[in-house]
Amino acid sequence: MSKMTYESAMEQFDPVFGIEVHVELNTKTKMFCGCANEFGAEPNTQVCPVCLGLPGSMPVVNDKAVESAIRLGLSLGCSIRESSRFARKNYFYPDLAKDYQISQYDEPTSYEGSLDVVLDDGEVFTIGIERAHMEEDAGKNTHVGGTGGIQGASHSLVDYNRGGVPLVEIVTHPITGAGARTAEVARAYVATIRDIVKALGISDGRMEQGSVRADVNLSLRPKAAAGEDQNAVPFGKRSETKNVNSLRAIERAIHHEAARQADLLLAGQPVVQETRHWHEDTSSTTPGRSKEEAEDYRYFPEPDLLPVQPSREWVEELRGTLPEHPAKMRVRLKEEWGFSDMEMRDAVNADALDLIASTVAAGAKPQAARKWWMGELARTANDREIALPDLPVTPEHIAELQGLIDEGKINDKLARQALEGVLAGEGSPAEVVASRGLEVVSDDSALEAAVDEALAAQPDVLAKIQDGKVQAAGAIVGAVMKATRGQADAGRVREIILQRAGVEG
Amino acid sequence: MSSLERSDVARLAALARIDMTDEDLDRMSGQLSAIVDSVAKVAEVAGQDVPATSHPIPMANVHRPDEVRPSLTQEAALSSAPEAEEGRFRVPQILGEEA
Repeated sequence: MSKMTYESAMEQFDPVFGIEVHVELNTKTKMFCGCANEFGAEPNTQVCPVCLGLPGSMPVVNDKAVESAIRLGLSLGCSIRESSRFARKNYFYPDLAKDYQISQYDEPTSYEGSLDVVLDDGEVFTIGIERAHMEEDAGKNTHVGGTGGIQGASHSLVDYNRGGVPLVEIVTHPITGAGARTAEVARAYVATIRDIVKALGISDGRMEQGSVRADVNLSLRPKAAAGEDQNAVPFGKRSETKNVNSLRAIERAIHHEAARQADLLLAGQPVVQETRHWHEDTSSTTPGRSKEEAEDYRYFPEPDLLPVQPSREWVEELRGTLPEHPAKMRVRLKEEWGFSDMEMRDAVNADALDLIASTVAAGAKPQAARKWWMGELARTANDREIALPDLPVTPEHIAELQGLIDEGKINDKLARQALEGVLAGEGSPAEVVASRGLEVVSDDSALEAAVDEALAAQPDVLAKIQDGKVQAAGAIVGAVMKATRGQADAGRVREIILQRAGVEG
Repeated sequence: MSSLERSDVARLAALARIDMTDEDLDRMSGQLSAIVDSVAKVAEVAGQDVPATSHPIPMANVHRPDEVRPSLTQEAALSSAPEAEEGRFRVPQILGEEA
């Protein structure tokens, strides 16, 4: 239906965007109660009077969640408030047991920061952070009847295991000046947040499991006339696309919304300020409830909780625990490993950087580690339709496998068989090599016997070699490899054949 | 000074999902206005140098360690639910938006 493309929309309008990212913290317990914060348990088995909102229950703040929120705020260059407090955000939805969400409103933990994100070509774009505040997650609705969506459902079922799980919501200032690179900047920003929370160890950062979720705001405004200040042009009306949960989807949601809004504006129709839903299957958005009706949350200070007042000493102590910024780490690793731009970018996009780093730390050479993760293992993950880090193989396994090759115990082909065994759960590479009998036959007497047998089967070959047709040895090498099921060292076999023929190799 | 109009009360009632008759709205807009007006007097007394207070007791940082404590069983959790199904709370059709 859209007549504009993203590119043509960007030629005619100036985009302004903003992103809200929700990060689910990996604390052991929930934000305000001692229920376990763990994904995948039986429904409603990690709930208590507090997170079910039963009368008389009282929330108490998880100190680890506060620590994680402060460390994240510091990583985003934010100031940490000397006193912050919680607020109730009131609305009715069945996944919210209390009919309000405990969040932060006028006194968020972290405020006014900035984050540099590095684009694919190395250009750095600075994103202004307005705030990062603490809040709790909601439960999970399952819609019954109809097609599984909310439309046409006869009723819904609610599991509150996720209700009360600690979240940090990071809100950007309106971002201007990205122009045609808006979609790319948005993607890089969310990727950087994901990398930071993983490096901090405060979240698993897995977008596919909802550990990092993004809402994308976008508006278009007319381009300023030549010589005029673009920032003097007022913002257009924006849409907010909710729950965009993969890096690719963030780019696509911006493409879709820019084209949709440009179509409306060029047709002289208004863009409605509203919440929209992202549909992964069709790469498009549809309107949600109108903002006017829904966004009256009647925030007020949470009377059941006291202010959070982190001491300045503690904040500075936490600042000292911050890991290297992921973008800086990439520059350092690229240099240390001697990867090309493309090798580095592919590894980052495949989520393989941590895996390669751990494999190198376990003793493998960087290029060898890269080849395994970006080659055989990337293909396997792709075939199994799972993420690379979810393969049942560890960086230590890969380092061990490469070690076996380097020692000459196995060759590349045997290594792939050993890896198959590891992926099938048969144990470590050394164990699979032993149990499957994959070791290279390096025992000369066994090889000599195999060579003699092959020569006897093809008596004309020896004469050809002696005649100067050294390439004829290939047939014998092949026969020996076949007889030893690939376990012979082909180079050594060739040497033995030439010795038998009395020819120098 | 009547700070709360009848329409304000009707809107608040709708947001809070409270059914109110015309009679209720008339009575409540009067009563709530009296409360709001009384509270507004605080603003007349408190100058810029008095910080806003959301708690009467000056305490902060009452936290708990990140240690797992027993949860309810699924049976106990669902015991006062009007309806349950497949270990979950069963709720009526949700009209509105996708979660």
